[in-house]
Amino acid sequence: MKTITNYIRSLFLFELLKGLSVTGSYFFARKFTLQYPEQKAPVSPRFRGLHALRRYPNGEERCIACKLCEAVCPALAITIEAEPRADGSRRTTRYDIDLFKCIYCGFCEESCPVDSIVETRVYEYHFENRGEQIMTKQMLLDIGDKYEVQLAADRAAQANVR
Amino acid sequence: MDTLIELWMALPVVIQIVMKIAVIMMPLMILVAYYTYAERKIIGYMQVRMGPNRVGFFGYRLWGLGQPIADAVKLMFKEIIIPSGSNKLLFLIAPTLSIGPALAAWAVFPFDAELVLADVNAGLLYILAMTSLGVYGVIIAGWASNSKYAFLGSIRSAAQIVSYEIAMGFALVGVLVAAGSLNLGDIVAAQQGSLFHWFWLPLFPLFLIYFISGVAETNRAPFDVAEGESEIVAGFHVEYSGMTFAVFFLAEYANMILISALSSLMFLGGWLSPLPASWVDGVFLLGDGFQWLLIKTFFFMFLFLWFRATFPRYRYDQIMRLGWKVFIPITIVWIVVVAVMKVTAMPWWFN
Repeated sequence: MKTITNYIRSLFLFELLKGLSVTGSYFFARKFTLQYPEQKAPVSPRFRGLHALRRYPNGEERCIACKLCEAVCPALAITIEAEPRADGSRRTTRYDIDLFKCIYCGFCEESCPVDSIVETRVYEYHFENRGEQIMTKQMLLDIGDKYEVQLAADRAAQANVR
Repeated sequence: MDTLIELWMALPVVIQIVMKIAVIMMPLMILVAYYTYAERKIIGYMQVRMGPNRVGFFGYRLWGLGQPIADAVKLMFKEIIIPSGSNKLLFLIAPTLSIGPALAAWAVFPFDAELVLADVNAGLLYILAMTSLGVYGVIIAGWASNSKYAFLGSIRSAAQIVSYEIAMGFALVGVLVAAGSLNLGDIVAAQQGSLFHWFWLPLFPLFLIYFISGVAETNRAPFDVAEGESEIVAGFHVEYSGMTFAVFFLAEYANMILISALSSLMFLGGWLSPLPASWVDGVFLLGDGFQWLLIKTFFFMFLFLWFRATFPRYRYDQIMRLGWKVFIPITIVWIVVVAVMKVTAMPWWFN
């Protein structure tokens, strides 16, 4: 009996019509496509994008050249050189991040004792020539200055879990 | 009007023929181009995506309507790479051989009661011959490429096309028994009446088998093992690039349109209106006419895309089983049934 019903079902393409009805109903469903350059997906405060070096509110750079980020970096993307400044404080003379090496793991951000190196929400950037991927200290500080409001707000929002 | 006809008659015969061909080919080629667009769009919609919607005209997006033009221009400018060790002549002939029959078949296709390029009495036979010729393009392309994958793909698709040709031919035998003619115009005329006089009801199994075999003939999903990207990359046209590839692509889509148009001609009454003539006589667009043929053809063309969005690919031995052990027996049985219906002049359809 069962084989007979199976035969009839397959002859009348029962299962195939069922499948067609599924795709047919999705034809009219609301589309999930995000029209990217015009529409953008929401970004988490924990997003790990382009790097930045932050400053204290008085304008003093936070980085104290402890080199923890350089040590923790799994991709060896960070290069730091440091020496005492005229006022005797310990500062970096060179702070380079090679964005081709960087894997955006966020370990540098986690290891930083003074919240200096951070990763911003910026994910739209590109390079047109070789060498441009090396972010120097000045470039990183500029990015930090540009997004300081956002960065501070994101750190504050995550303060209870950090 | 008279002067126009005189002007037409004054033209040399060759020019007349070329113009007639152009009148059929141009809309067909545009339809093919926009069929690829419709495919991407419809399958996209069925996968809850948008499909192409960026390329438009003159700075306007127009839902991506410029996409097929952009694709065509891209393919035209690409280099045609001829693989070393390939047979150059056959390699270049193969695409032509596959698109030629797909276009030639339209010669006997009646678009309306009077609108047909060549009113051949053996039109059905001609169409059958033309659709079978396409397989040579595939075989030659696979062989001339001098590539294992192309060769395997061409063998697969040749075996598949030949197998389904038989079921398709038998389905058409049913149609010609029912209509009593090989002339495509007469076949449509035999379906005169309304929706329920068309051949799809008395020939229902043949109708299904014809369309499914048509899908297999054109190497479309779920019968597209010839492409089998997981095992043989793209089948018989792996080695083709640029315009040579585009011609294969055009041939595939032209064939799909041809199968759709033929199904609507032979089973859904072609240009006949689905409503009884007494209801719609003289009503604008509801009476018999080309618009009905167009709607029916679009329906089948949509089915092709719907199938592709729905069904996973058949296993190769299952394709062969379906063709030889299911379709051919069913068609043979149904031809006998149709013959009995015809001989006994069964009421409603054959009286």
